[in-house]
Amino acid sequence: MLAKEIERAGIPAVYVTSLPTVARMIGANRIVRGPAITHPFGLDEDERRRIVERALDMLETDVEPNTVWEVEE
Amino acid sequence: MKAVHYLNQFFAGLGGEEQAETQPTRLDGAVGPGRGLQAELVDVEIVATLACGDDYFAEHEEEALAALLELLAELRPDVLVAGPAFGSGRYGYACARLAAAAAERGIPSVAAMHEDNPGVGEAGAAYVVPTAVNVAGMRDALPRLGALASALASRRELGAADEEGYLVRGFRRNYVAEKTGAARAVELLLAKLAGETRTEVAGDMDRVEPPPAVADLSSALVALVTEAGCVPQGNPDHLQSVRAQGWFRYDLGGADTLASGRYESVHGGFDVTLANEDPNRLVPLDTVRGLERAGRVGRVHEALYTTTGNGTPVVVATKFGQEIAGELRDAGVQAVLLSGT
Repeated sequence: MLAKEIERAGIPAVYVTSLPTVARMIGANRIVRGPAITHPFGLDEDERRRIVERALDMLETDVEPNTVWEVEE
Repeated sequence: MKAVHYLNQFFAGLGGEEQAETQPTRLDGAVGPGRGLQAELVDVEIVATLACGDDYFAEHEEEALAALLELLAELRPDVLVAGPAFGSGRYGYACARLAAAAAERGIPSVAAMHEDNPGVGEAGAAYVVPTAVNVAGMRDALPRLGALASALASRRELGAADEEGYLVRGFRRNYVAEKTGAARAVELLLAKLAGETRTEVAGDMDRVEPPPAVADLSSALVALVTEAGCVPQGNPDHLQSVRAQGWFRYDLGGADTLASGRYESVHGGFDVTLANEDPNRLVPLDTVRGLERAGRVGRVHEALYTTTGNGTPVVVATKFGQEIAGELRDAGVQAVLLSGT
């Protein structure tokens, strides 16, 4: 809901979550799938860097509503 | 019982676009489509028709509404019927605004228009009966409009939107079901296997168009927001671990990382052991600071926004989102990295 309201205010927001199905259901638009509920940005710095970069890329992209991006290994 | 019918200048027979500036006026009895509507009403008589020019309403909404409501107050109807406006935007808007205002004042009210008419979102607590997109749908619309208007005038308690033929208003009413959830779920499953998909929980979440991409992230102010319950160690403001009552803003003070021992998660919906070993696993401040130094992002907003996304009702979470969004906008934030669990 936070993602949706922030985007409603005109600010692009990327939502990193391990539960993209739920994120889509509530209407988030920019969603990046994180690896786990307990650590959506991964365990180590390399993994975190990949996830954050992917999220930033999504902020720089015009997307269709309800888009989910995966992070490559 | 008495009904009052609202029409625009065209349907009231006052003239076309050249009469769109017509001020609110009262006509006796049923007029134009009101005659067809009258035939569909049960124990309800259209005692008067109120008419207003579409342009006049759009340009002088406050005065138009005030005048129309005054006429309604004199007439004291049991139901207000507005339209059908079909796909006409100005007309649909006027119908919806008047119906909403009348409903607020305790007059049962129904408008009729196409489901994509922008008026639909303005109808408030009034009912909206869907119609075709143009006047060719009049004959189909009037019986349904008449049936709902008669039901409203009789003060009968209305059933669900699909049973009564109105558009979903977004209200939920509790009721005692005859069968248990398990039995109803099996029924839905059997129906689905037979090729008919039904649901008790319609996807009625509103949608937001994605804002355009950030033009230049390397000069943008980027904020970190989280639903993962990240707070300073010791949780000084007592953020709830479940069903959060609020959100908090913490100054990052230029910190390079969310250090273990200085930040923790109080989220009650998952095991926070890994998160508390390194809170950057929930809010990646260390990585984002690195990217700030490298010029990949312009600046990190020095306020971390946090709440607990765990069992929070939608309406509450929406309010948090609106409040946080307002602050971010005021601070000139151009992009948000939000983490949830």
